[in-house]
Amino acid sequence: MIVVTALLAGLLFGAGLTISGMVNPAVVLGFLDIAGAWNPALLLVMVGALAIALPGYWLLQGRKPVFAEKQLVPTRRDIDARLIVGSVMFGAGWGLAGICPGPALTMFGIRPDLAFIFVAAMTVGMMLSRFADLWLPGTGTPDQ
Amino acid sequence: MIATDILMPLLGGAMIGLASLILLAMNGRVMGVSGIWSGLIRWSDGPLWRLAFVVGAIAAPVLLAAIGHPGQVQITTPMPVFLIAGLLVGLGTVIGSGCTSGHGICGISRLSPRSVVATLVFMGVGLATVFVVRHIF
Repeated sequence: MIVVTALLAGLLFGAGLTISGMVNPAVVLGFLDIAGAWNPALLLVMVGALAIALPGYWLLQGRKPVFAEKQLVPTRRDIDARLIVGSVMFGAGWGLAGICPGPALTMFGIRPDLAFIFVAAMTVGMMLSRFADLWLPGTGTPDQ
Repeated sequence: MIATDILMPLLGGAMIGLASLILLAMNGRVMGVSGIWSGLIRWSDGPLWRLAFVVGAIAAPVLLAAIGHPGQVQITTPMPVFLIAGLLVGLGTVIGSGCTSGHGICGISRLSPRSVVATLVFMGVGLATVFVVRHIF
């Protein structure tokens, strides 16, 4: 059952990215370009998503999931160097191409050629991230 | 004009929020796409639901195009920069434990201080990067 519900969530997620325009890097870069012709679309996507997710998460907190034993949500609350360094790197990559992981995957359904190149590079980056263990204290918690 | 410029982003965002609630209420999972993908490529911790989510996320625009609502993708980034961007997104989201969906939507909805800080940092650096690329170079 968790496979069916995950498929449903994926469909809804991909459809939301597509109709909102967030799957289009030009729209994302337009949002990040506050000194140019600013495009507020991405702000509206965040507003729409949080308007549903914020009250939903509050209502669902601590409840047993329908098809699982318990909720597996991150519990850490500390702010460490990895969080900051990683977010800086992600922000730089996001600003360079206008693509974050969700749209990168959904893009496969529109421009598979470009999506393949980006996701391949992203996957290599994910595999290289283990080298961060050599110079950043702590361990990564990959499942955010 | 208003329908496409304001309503569609709001509606699309609401669908993304609803998707995150389905995953939490049914499967007890956080909808963090970088985590879903990195778990899938390692084929660990429930690879099948991860695969199903990714298949759904890719099939959605194909189905929408079939009913007359194709999505648009415009890319002007030069290929070497495009590759570096992909590399940085992969490195950064694993080291920083999340991306726009995991920190920006689910984490903020949990009122997680880590996710609030991460979102402010990657948004700020994203804005600064676009400023440098478009207005300084």
